[in-house]
Amino acid sequence: MSRYSIFSLARNALSHHERWPEAWRSPDPKPSYDVIIIGGGGHGLATAYYLAKEHGITNVAVLEKGWLGGGNTGRNTTIVRSNYLLEPNAYLYEHSMKLWEGLTHDLNYNVMLSQRGVINLAHSDPQVDAHMRRGNAMRLNGIDAEFLDRKQIQAKVPILDCSSNARFPVMGGLLQPRGGTARHDAVAWGYARAADSRGVDIIQNCEVTGIRMEGGRITGVETTRGPITAKKLGMAVAGHTSHVGAMAGLRLPIESHVLQALVTEPIKPVLDTVVTFGAGHLYVSQSDKGELVMGGDIDGYNTYTQRGNLPMIGHVVAAAVTLFPIFSRLRVMRTWGGIVDMSMDGSPFICKTPVDGLYLNGGWCYGGFKATPASGWVFAHTIAEDRPHPLNEAFTLDRFARGHAIDEKGMGPAPEAH
Amino acid sequence: MFNIRCPWCGDRPAIEFAYGGDASQPRPDAPEALSDEAWHDYLFIRDNPAGPHAEYWQHTGGCRQWLTALRNTTTHEILATASPGQPLDGERT
Repeated sequence: MSRYSIFSLARNALSHHERWPEAWRSPDPKPSYDVIIIGGGGHGLATAYYLAKEHGITNVAVLEKGWLGGGNTGRNTTIVRSNYLLEPNAYLYEHSMKLWEGLTHDLNYNVMLSQRGVINLAHSDPQVDAHMRRGNAMRLNGIDAEFLDRKQIQAKVPILDCSSNARFPVMGGLLQPRGGTARHDAVAWGYARAADSRGVDIIQNCEVTGIRMEGGRITGVETTRGPITAKKLGMAVAGHTSHVGAMAGLRLPIESHVLQALVTEPIKPVLDTVVTFGAGHLYVSQSDKGELVMGGDIDGYNTYTQRGNLPMIGHVVAAAVTLFPIFSRLRVMRTWGGIVDMSMDGSPFICKTPVDGLYLNGGWCYGGFKATPASGWVFAHTIAEDRPHPLNEAFTLDRFARGHAIDEKGMGPAPEAH
Repeated sequence: MFNIRCPWCGDRPAIEFAYGGDASQPRPDAPEALSDEAWHDYLFIRDNPAGPHAEYWQHTGGCRQWLTALRNTTTHEILATASPGQPLDGERT
């Protein structure tokens, strides 16, 4: 792999940028691999990269039925943060935050991490208490957190309606200064390029249609490009976790739902931080191009269609205009949806499965993007060592049976409520 | 947006309804006799099919009755609706 640098940029400028080498190869699948990862999104590609980098396992293929990062990696609202209350979540997401902070240099690919801060607004006394409690828990776990009162919020976000006439007056907010955004496509491409340079085969347009097992052990997969044998198989397929899992006989504590997002037309810089409005289901940031990027809640019923319905878009836009009256005359340019695998407690699974040699990375609900680096890092460890890393040993499939759900929001087994 | 045929009110927009989740596994009759494993499966495990899915809805913005629906999760087409506990044949019971 030729390294990207100021010199490679200058050199390629001389040839009018027509001779850039391909960022990764497109090999035909080999008949056999040590490890196959199903799913060429951020999590799958990161897993392959860390398998090669941290564990020296390079006879690895990533199988992707469409194109790299065409699923939720390219459909999220690019927010990264680690502002979690419960310890398993705090440790995992904070590890991710630390990996984010060095990722551009590690991958030699600009993931455009922008630590512009993430503010969770509070609109009632109980919400203020809950945010302060979470902020204290974060600080005890070594994560940065700061509670801002209404005046501090207003100073930081001048366009936010912090007046007492607001429909839901702002009482304060919890800020994680190190949170922010990252360029989501670049994360997939950067991991793909870095994994490929270490010998990983990235195979696009290759859908897994069956999982081969012998005596309760994985032996390989059937694909649209023929059968491939493998000693170990990792799943990182987000919204399709249930149906890929079913190929190996698994029934999982997961429902598939659609989460929508939208962008407005681009405008000049007005918002230099991420603002979330938990009471009304909105999170918003401004992209480098000037578009306001917004998301809200899932539509709320099981679906596999990668498109949502208008009522949730209306709800999100109404919340945005309530908080930011200045947005009221913007046009919405695009809306889209991604299929998220909602787990029964809102927390993911990164674990072994009842099938020997089959490993699961899923149940990310709508929090998967920010976890991408740590998710790949601990999943690679789990696959390479055949046991979880301490950072992911709580994220098992049997945690409900054992009474150890990781229910960050205290919603119980109602995926549509997480 | 799709419509849901309420067995009492007829075709109404989905926004009038609140989702109640998977209806394919009936609540066990004798919970006190149930094994932990069977309870776990009832509470936490889902088939999560891509295709016809039996599910509960409540007509919260209308008659407030609960109903079951068979809906295709790949197209949002409502295939049938019924009063809970009745066969999903789309007829009012």
